[in-house]
Amino acid sequence: MTSVATTTGPGRPDTGRPGPRRPRWARLLGRQPLGILFAAPYAVFLVTVFAYPLFLAVWISFHDYFFAAPGAQVERPFVGFDNYAAVLSDPEVRQSFVNVAVFLVINVRLTVVLALVLATALNSVVHGRTFLRVSYYVPYVTASVALVAVWLFLFGQNGMVNEVLGPLAPNPSWLVNSTLAMPVIAIFVTWKQLGFFILLYLAALQGISKELYDAAAVDGASRWRSFLSVTVPGVRPATVLVVILATITGANLFTEPYLLTNGGGPDGASSSPVFVMYQKGIEQGNPDVASAIGVILVICVLLVSLVNKRLLERE
Amino acid sequence: MRRNLATTAVALLALGATAACGTGSGGDSGAATATGPIKVWLSNNPEEIAWGKAMVEEWNADNPDQKVTAQEIPAGKTSEEVIGAAITAGNAPCLVFNTSPAAVPQFQKQGGLVPLDGFEGATDYIEERSGEVAEQYKSPDGQYYQIPWKSNPVMIFYNKAIMEEAGLDPENPPLSTYDDFLSTSRKIVDSGAAEAAIWPAPTSEFFQSWFDFYPLFAASTDGTQLVEDGQATFDDEAGQQVADLWATMYEEGLSPKEAYNGDSFGEQKSAMAIVGPWAIAVYGEDVDWGVAPVPTPEGKNASETYTFSDAKNIAVYSACENQGTAWELLKFATSEEQDGKLLETTGQMPLRQDLQTAYADYFEQNPEYRLFADQASRTVEVPNVPNSVEIWQEFRDAYSRSVIFGKVPTDEALSDAASKVDELASE
Repeated sequence: MTSVATTTGPGRPDTGRPGPRRPRWARLLGRQPLGILFAAPYAVFLVTVFAYPLFLAVWISFHDYFFAAPGAQVERPFVGFDNYAAVLSDPEVRQSFVNVAVFLVINVRLTVVLALVLATALNSVVHGRTFLRVSYYVPYVTASVALVAVWLFLFGQNGMVNEVLGPLAPNPSWLVNSTLAMPVIAIFVTWKQLGFFILLYLAALQGISKELYDAAAVDGASRWRSFLSVTVPGVRPATVLVVILATITGANLFTEPYLLTNGGGPDGASSSPVFVMYQKGIEQGNPDVASAIGVILVICVLLVSLVNKRLLERE
Repeated sequence: MRRNLATTAVALLALGATAACGTGSGGDSGAATATGPIKVWLSNNPEEIAWGKAMVEEWNADNPDQKVTAQEIPAGKTSEEVIGAAITAGNAPCLVFNTSPAAVPQFQKQGGLVPLDGFEGATDYIEERSGEVAEQYKSPDGQYYQIPWKSNPVMIFYNKAIMEEAGLDPENPPLSTYDDFLSTSRKIVDSGAAEAAIWPAPTSEFFQSWFDFYPLFAASTDGTQLVEDGQATFDDEAGQQVADLWATMYEEGLSPKEAYNGDSFGEQKSAMAIVGPWAIAVYGEDVDWGVAPVPTPEGKNASETYTFSDAKNIAVYSACENQGTAWELLKFATSEEQDGKLLETTGQMPLRQDLQTAYADYFEQNPEYRLFADQASRTVEVPNVPNSVEIWQEFRDAYSRSVIFGKVPTDEALSDAASKVDELASE
């Protein structure tokens, strides 16, 4: 373990006395003012694309708000928590949150397990490594619309999966089955995004010292024991990242319920909060209610991510 | 650091609030008579684009100082979303030749539409052109924010070859009563002539009920809208019968519960479809088709049967600076001559009360369109009420739950939906 003195330079002993007080503007700009210049474009991007819309959404959620033409005279009174009350008392919204929770339980776990196992396998493959990496990555970079068409062909009533299953095919079929629709979507999304998470794990695997595996082998550890005792703890920071990223992207689920199950069907069994936001905010012209759903979703995702981070970082 | 963050947050909130509260002058009164170049949006189907471009070319030839630029509605999930976004951004065109009547209340609330009554002689022009049908397009404030333009009255299209294979009379399959419709459907599916008797989209989009429940409800009630006088109308015997008919179709597998990814009628997976006159041009060459009015409980004559209009209208948008030109172009585009060209190019029915007499020659030469033309005089539009889209979504959700997926009894679903619709319509 090494430590770096940040307030004293080499050859300049720390006397323990404070140096001459720097002007306020200099303290605000920091020791490397040029850094601000380099960071500014992204900071501006973050503020305009993420921070401003987020704060605006919070503001909208506390008002009776609708989109209006620039010149229109409209009243947008403050309504307190009315929009939140409307959202929380709406069974359709509540169902969408339950649906996305089911989705996350399946999707995040599958993502972590499959991505780690496949990354480990890929890491040890000698021949065809590039081909396999590209194969896993292709679904991630392919447009969802195209992939959905393939899955419709596979999981439709008369699709290939049901043809293979014959009498064992579920009735109602996968995409119109209230119990199976969300798991099918979760598996679809897992498959589609797996390539990205495999890459994260592959990068993390490069950071594990080979000596640890050698030491485990000397101690008589099997491959499975090495995986559990060396690989899994070794990629823990990557696992935290994968879980948080998968949770955030999963909570924003929209395209799949919109296209694969034709608008959150059957009977709302696969609708998601973002899909309901689209219906209420864009289709029905109620951005105030949609914003309230969005704010609740952000809070839920933050809480889930925080809990996950705490749990996963615990030794 | 914390104080800086707080300051930034407050500043952003204030900025958001300022932007959100932005106000300005409503409409520009001078714009109503102003003339000059304007932009218009056309629907994105090839026939309408062909008609629209020819119409604009004619206008531009006669009015070089009021040049019109036409383009397709920009791509989006739906035209209504694109138009709604354009209204909010203040860059909507002067006219959109594809304004959905269901979206008009929302556009009006946004301040995006110009009341046409403000143009000289507009009310008389609209009512003389469309007759009594025009009343359905009047907004609750008594003004017209859209001109009824063209309709696609929906009817039952059927495949004669499939009917014959099922042992039915291909020229006159029994489809007039609900019992006939069910019996014919059962014969089609039981015989294996087609996978489905009819395959309406069993999906949850708000507008899907316009092509399964609503035409039959309109026919059964002689033209009752979904909401009248601020009250839901469908929670009655007629609504119940229509819901039960479709529930039986889904329960017995005569109509699949899963959407078909393609054109089920065109690919001969279903024997029937509920479509407008556009289908003649689409299926004319490939399918030996016949057409019948939508069924009613007692089997009404075709000449007495109502249906859903599936109309698209034209509106003047408030972002338009040269509204005088927009109104003149609107009259030009809906003149007898241009309506005739629209009919010839697209097969869609101009919403004119003299449709059959004004274009008698056309219907003489194209008799297959005559039934649709006759039907066009008995159409029902979506109700022009506040929260129109939300009302249709509530109805569709209840319909999906009960009729398609059979999770709750149809009477319970209709009753619950009616209560919610009453509430929404009264806001």
